[in-house]
Amino acid sequence: MSAPSLRSRLAAQGIDGTTLLLLPGLIFILALFIYPFAFGVIDSLRPKDGGAWYANYAKFFGDPYQYGTIAATLWLALPVTIVNLALAVPIAFRVRLMHRQRLLTTILVLPITLGTVFVADGLLTFLGPRGWFNHVLMLLGILHEPLKLTNNYWGVFASLLITGFPFAFLLTLSYVSGIDPAIEQAAATLGAGARQRFQRIFLPLLVPGLAVTFCLSFVQAYAVFPSAVLLGAPAGPTRVISIAAYQAAFEQYDHSMGSAIALVMGGVELVVVVLILALRSLFYRGPAGGTKG
Amino acid sequence: MIRDKGLASKLWRFAIWAVAGLFVLNLAGVIAVVIINSFATRWLGTWLPAGWTTRWYFDAWSEFQLSDVVLVTFEIVFTVTILSGLLGVVTAYALARRDFPGKKIVVLLFLLPLLIPTLTYGIPLATVLYQFGLGGTFWGVVLINLVPSFPFVVLVMIPFIEQIDPRIEAAARVFGAGTTSLFVRILLPLLLPGMLAALLLVLVRALAMFELTFLVAGPTTQTLVVSLYYAVFASGVRAAQSIDAMAVVYMVTTLFWLVIALQFVNPTQIVTRAKQQSAH
Amino acid sequence: MNAVAEHASPVAGVSRIGGRLELDGLRRSFGAYNALAGIDIAIEPGEFIALLGPSGCGKSTALNCIAGLLELTGGEIRLGGRRIDQLEPEKRGFGMVFQSYALFPHMSVRKNVGFGLAMQGIKGPEAEKRIRDALAMVRLESQADKLPGQLSGGQQQRVAIARAIVIRPPIVLMDEPLSNLDAKLRLEMRAEIRAIHDQIGSTTIYVTHDQDEALSLADRIVVMSQGHIQQVGTPEELYQRPVNLTVADFMGFRTRMPGRIVSVTGGEAEIEVDGSRFRGLARESLQVGQSAVLAIRPEDLVASATGPGIAATVVSIEYRGRAFFGLARTAAGAELYFRADEPLSRGSAAYLSPAPGRALIFRDDAA
Repeated sequence: MSAPSLRSRLAAQGIDGTTLLLLPGLIFILALFIYPFAFGVIDSLRPKDGGAWYANYAKFFGDPYQYGTIAATLWLALPVTIVNLALAVPIAFRVRLMHRQRLLTTILVLPITLGTVFVADGLLTFLGPRGWFNHVLMLLGILHEPLKLTNNYWGVFASLLITGFPFAFLLTLSYVSGIDPAIEQAAATLGAGARQRFQRIFLPLLVPGLAVTFCLSFVQAYAVFPSAVLLGAPAGPTRVISIAAYQAAFEQYDHSMGSAIALVMGGVELVVVVLILALRSLFYRGPAGGTKG
Repeated sequence: MIRDKGLASKLWRFAIWAVAGLFVLNLAGVIAVVIINSFATRWLGTWLPAGWTTRWYFDAWSEFQLSDVVLVTFEIVFTVTILSGLLGVVTAYALARRDFPGKKIVVLLFLLPLLIPTLTYGIPLATVLYQFGLGGTFWGVVLINLVPSFPFVVLVMIPFIEQIDPRIEAAARVFGAGTTSLFVRILLPLLLPGMLAALLLVLVRALAMFELTFLVAGPTTQTLVVSLYYAVFASGVRAAQSIDAMAVVYMVTTLFWLVIALQFVNPTQIVTRAKQQSAH
Repeated sequence: MNAVAEHASPVAGVSRIGGRLELDGLRRSFGAYNALAGIDIAIEPGEFIALLGPSGCGKSTALNCIAGLLELTGGEIRLGGRRIDQLEPEKRGFGMVFQSYALFPHMSVRKNVGFGLAMQGIKGPEAEKRIRDALAMVRLESQADKLPGQLSGGQQQRVAIARAIVIRPPIVLMDEPLSNLDAKLRLEMRAEIRAIHDQIGSTTIYVTHDQDEALSLADRIVVMSQGHIQQVGTPEELYQRPVNLTVADFMGFRTRMPGRIVSVTGGEAEIEVDGSRFRGLARESLQVGQSAVLAIRPEDLVASATGPGIAATVVSIEYRGRAFFGLARTAAGAELYFRADEPLSRGSAAYLSPAPGRALIFRDDAA
């Protein structure tokens, strides 16, 4: 077999000069993502203080101060995600009817862009015992003494709401607007009232999108780190798993343990995401934009 | 566009707008207190501060060495943007134009950094960077930031390149364009709008990227957001107004680029790219 | 005609009554733009009405107003003497077929067709039988368990029709239902739609921009333009006697020759065009000396190589089966679409004369 035939055989497989443009990017990902990740997996199996290969994991799951972080993280991330979605869906349904959505979407993109550190800084003042939030509630007579909303669970919850709701909302809005309005009109002319249209048409069409929105919102809330430290009680109820991983790796200089906790973190997240996506597969998954040929 | 009548639906509509309004109000409050406090002489337990001053900005500028921090931030963010742009467009072009065995695996490879929690790969990656002596250095921070930014560009650009008809390139070849002039005169102008949008999004994201930068940044390579974190973390050491002044500086730099980005992209695009990624 | 009798069965809250549909001064504006500027028409039960007009003429707006998908900004809609324009779309009980089909993508064909029945609380064997009958009517019995995405465009449109008629609506509304289909399928479906209409006996209101479709389907055609009704009439009336140039234009009177009225006698008038005089039916009141337009279809303007007639030069000509059709230009620059029985060559001289009684004369609105 001569060289030209090899070249043309490769080209027939879709491999030619253009395909080679892939190489720099591929090398980059292999070197800076796959290699470190594999390194992390192996590193986690070589405990700093010796012992069995699973010693790091045994240590993590043997210490309530450590394994408790999983529950603490889920206890934050799951309720916040549910609240975010529960708010996002009805509001997106209203906003879909608006002609000028851009102002609202621009306002809502602000907290996402500014990020958790800025929001945490603002919330420390805003939710503080003498902040505007308590001030207004006391003025309205709802409260008699200020609520403690910072340096505890609720501070972190609030920060995840401020950054997470806009994210869930914008995603949901894009799904809702993707449904052909004629489908709703068709249901209406066939006698379906507003509630029936929502239950029988929109909801089934939206479930796949909502599952993805739930997963992505959950992933963000689950990875909570700076606001859990700044707004929460990082030694107590908001000691989330990312804090545990960070402390092991960079405060106790045990990168082996740090990698182990980081991998546990990824594993738990994966379990939740897979569960949600498995639930989703029970529903219709095709296009929702209409059936136009 | 069916509008419902009736009391129940009116109440429901009112409730929805009320909740949305409350959210926006609280959000505005959070941003406003930062701005107000940064100009306050003293603000304790009242609606508004006792007096106004701009001195915290001068304080913050010197205390936190903001001129250095801002300079470093821009150096890092622009380097990340340009490198992820170059690398991303080239990779996206190959993936959009060719089908080859194993393409799905390659695409999945580029998706992973966007799906796996940052700290899960960040901690091992930071460990590796420290072992190579890159921890705390400029290039260490750039490299760790490239890991999510570059695949982001790839995923934004693939659909954009796919919608450019490959026959345009074929036509240019027929009319005698060489590879260089094909790239400069045909591809680049066609790709520019998509590249601009993708790069602006990367820029905004890189400015706000806390976790990864935090893991490898050293004293001389802190970006604004990491400095802000340390300042808030150690609050009590410095005046709160001074910290908020830095927060405003951070906000202004971020919003400046956000406003520019919004000229080219829809606000929903900032999050919906993530939706398309996971739709694979 | 059984279906008609069963319309009497009233379901709570839903208008099941058939009867005359009256649109009275129907108005709809979007901001400053008047999409419907006062529409008056009465539609008899069982009629097949086509709303015909160019895009943006208000025909789809009118249909959406009748369906209740758009609120009126003025006027009334009455069905059998009862006002229905305040009713929500789900309370009107009309069947509607959408241009994009608007099938529910997550439901099987059977579920799609049964949706309206389920909403009315019709279940069990009764529902099954009606779904089966509706699917039989559109010849889709074998596809009942497929999802809409698995069907071709023509099949999807059939499902949409079955879904609309299964609820035995007093009125079926169709919004350009054939515009997404290819030419051959369009002709087939056209015949089917009329056959289904005749079978179920509902009133049908059919929106289209295709005059062939309107002419071949409808009992009466409503020609609309810029939110106004231009003319209402049977296909023959519209085809033979358009009331103004707008309608004539839509009915295929392609050639227009501007001239001056030289005499008016009864319903006829004589017009002078480029020095030649022609007689034609006066469609509007005309006065001697007024500028006017002679309008004629290509097939009624016959060209030959010898006179008499309007002298012109052949610009293009093509063979279409029985005869030749072409375009000629006069020395003054007027463009005339003509028919010829002989193959005139391009660039040659031709003499065109309108077939007697076929030319129409309108006022020249531009003048």
